[in-house]
Amino acid sequence: MAETTIDQTPSVGKWLPAVALAWIIPGGGHFLLKRPGRGGLIAASVAAMFLLGLMMRGALFQPQGGDLLTTVIYYGGFIGDLMSGLLYFVTVWLGYAQPDVAGHVHDYGTKFLVAAGLLNVLAMVDAFEIASGKKD
Amino acid sequence: MPKMNLSHFEAAVLFALFTSVVLGIITKKTDRERVRYAAYCFGCFIAAIFGLSWLMFLGHG
Repeated sequence: MAETTIDQTPSVGKWLPAVALAWIIPGGGHFLLKRPGRGGLIAASVAAMFLLGLMMRGALFQPQGGDLLTTVIYYGGFIGDLMSGLLYFVTVWLGYAQPDVAGHVHDYGTKFLVAAGLLNVLAMVDAFEIASGKKD
Repeated sequence: MPKMNLSHFEAAVLFALFTSVVLGIITKKTDRERVRYAAYCFGCFIAAIFGLSWLMFLGHG
């Protein structure tokens, strides 16, 4: 009996614009895919988290090598910050440079900035699934 | 930009709120399921905050 295999890999052109826009503008991928309600909530959540991180004077990570733990923390943190897209680029462009200082508020701020980027990664994955037809 | 001073509890609750909203949106298929799952996640976060806080308080001696 002949078996037919169906190629379920979605074409890049189908999902790349949505995923790229989702990265640059949090929630933008969902707006592009005509899911404005979800896009608005994602945009509000990611932006609020990022702005709270800034208001708590959290530090933005810079890539830094060293021992394994240092490398993972600083490169991971930098990638997490970067995933907030335009929010991150505008913040850096405006000259925000908060040193990493002691204190629980600053520490929460740093985590909020990274977590905003990580939430945006989840939103990018969701945009990918919608664009590739795996999800409504 | 104004500087904000939050307590541990306030910061943790805000973190829980925004994370729960995004988790609800991306994991479920219908709006009803999303709201329920976001509320469930938020409840779990709050329970963990109180549970771990008491654990640290009692463990501290």
